[in-house]
Amino acid sequence: MAWFRRDKEGITTPTTEKKETPEGLWYKCPECNTVVTSEDFEANLWVCAECQYHEKVGPEEYFKFLFDGGKYKELDPNLYSADPLEFEDKKKYADRVKDTMEKTKLKDAIKTAHGKLDKKDIVIACMDFKFIGGSMGSVVGEKIARAIEFARKKKYPFIMISKSGGARMMEGAFSLMQMAKTSARLAQLAEAKVPYISILTNPTTGGVTASFAMLGDFNIAEPKALIGFAGPRVVKETIGKDLPEGFQTSEFVLEKGFLDFIVQRNEMKQKLALLLNMLKK
Amino acid sequence: MVTTYLDFEEPIKELVDQINQAKEISEKSDVDMKKTLTELNTKLAKTTKEIYDNLTPWERVQVSRHPERPYTLAYIEAFTGGNFIELFGDRNVKDDKAMVGGFGLMDGESVMFIGQQKGVNTKLRQYRNFGMANPEGYRKALRLMKLAEKFNKPIVTLIDTPGAYPGLEAEERGQGEAIAKNLLEMVQLKVPVICVVIGEGASGGALGIGIGDKVLMMENTWYSVISPESCSSILWRSWDFKVDAAKALKLTAEDMLKNKLIDGVIKEPLGGAHANPEEAFKLVKSEIKKHLKVLKKDSPKKRIDARIKKFAGMGVYNSK
Repeated sequence: MAWFRRDKEGITTPTTEKKETPEGLWYKCPECNTVVTSEDFEANLWVCAECQYHEKVGPEEYFKFLFDGGKYKELDPNLYSADPLEFEDKKKYADRVKDTMEKTKLKDAIKTAHGKLDKKDIVIACMDFKFIGGSMGSVVGEKIARAIEFARKKKYPFIMISKSGGARMMEGAFSLMQMAKTSARLAQLAEAKVPYISILTNPTTGGVTASFAMLGDFNIAEPKALIGFAGPRVVKETIGKDLPEGFQTSEFVLEKGFLDFIVQRNEMKQKLALLLNMLKK
Repeated sequence: MVTTYLDFEEPIKELVDQINQAKEISEKSDVDMKKTLTELNTKLAKTTKEIYDNLTPWERVQVSRHPERPYTLAYIEAFTGGNFIELFGDRNVKDDKAMVGGFGLMDGESVMFIGQQKGVNTKLRQYRNFGMANPEGYRKALRLMKLAEKFNKPIVTLIDTPGAYPGLEAEERGQGEAIAKNLLEMVQLKVPVICVVIGEGASGGALGIGIGDKVLMMENTWYSVISPESCSSILWRSWDFKVDAAKALKLTAEDMLKNKLIDGVIKEPLGGAHANPEEAFKLVKSEIKKHLKVLKKDSPKKRIDARIKKFAGMGVYNSK
């Protein structure tokens, strides 16, 4: 005899009578499990009202609340990845790009745009984690470089919102050299005394941290973002010990002296406007 | 004399053993081995050339890591005939033993030499942290570069690293920021900068001293965004595909030149730099001098503009 026996029937609702919960109506916080409606979640800028967990969001979301009236003009919207190395691992890189483009309806892991923030012209570049982990290949590097050039020529402040696992391996050394390319353009931007604000969001690691993300006149971060050069798994393997609590979080990186301040998403626009206003000639 | 042979060098090892035996016989007895030795030596040269002309990318990675391959300080010693003053410390935290540098006199001209240093034996490998610099290594390198700029001396960096050190303290002290800062500053250096990959050119750790007017690679070195082993582990989810990864990454000097990501390839002696270090030193030195001579003719502004243009032009993408 079985140890546990069902006395009553469990689910009695016939499948045909089941009520479907429409997709995307609710958001459940992965940190504290609090459930809110999608409207409330969006109204709170995709931040859990309960525990302040900042959900990963992409360029469209950031542009929507940073640019005045959510209005902006996208720069270089037509660039997409080539396959310079004809790279193939378990899957062909060309196919990976094609599939990801179809699935995400994105061109690559970044969007760059010009618009107004608090009535002043500004250029914002924002990475998208949905596209191959926000990895930086030639397109990401090129679009950032062009956005910086645009900002320098027009003398508009430049804001970079990073969210990336690092360089895109499938473009090999081409990806690596995007670090050099973006840094070269930032050197020119600095020479022209145009402000550059780097916003590090969850996660910012690898070659992105080791280039433009750490080169802001102001390096600021969203709370509790993972920020580092080597990923936590690699560091753990290197030292052969568990990592201390809070290692490589925004708060940790601030304590170590590499961030100017941490900003909640719902205060971001206001802080940026104030800061940029203080830099005015 | 080479004592370590890589797996694909087995035929070379056999011939070297035969040559040694023949020498021994001719020394111990009256048997004339001259003809045999000549034949064997010819065969050795031919076999070595055949093997080295057809190295696969993974085999080149192996040569770049050959334990008897000369490291940075050996090159500097040879370039300067010992007229080298090593300078230590980043003036902030400590001296990083994985990154060395200092002024040297190369045929009467002062040059700032900087590079990652690997250890020559087990004890020294640990002392040098296997050529993996911490943030203070990159900051020391930058300090020395600024010093060279102040006194208007050219900079030569020698790159040989399996990567920037991914340790806990490296993260605490801002490994990412240290490398990023170097990229930004190297772009704007007013003096000529020549970078030579003499062994391993692994990712940001290599690029952190790798922004130059001329970036050169020795024939049997590699330079990429990640090591073949780590690439295999991440993309294939197994350590077993390093050979495939090495091929896929197009990390050899030849591929890098073809992709216009470097400015030149420096020939190595037959059988690799480790087979004849003195010859390797000469070949690298003459390339450095050749480029320096040309670069010095340009104004700082022209060099910086060209440097920015070169790196800004790297990348391949579609537009529609």
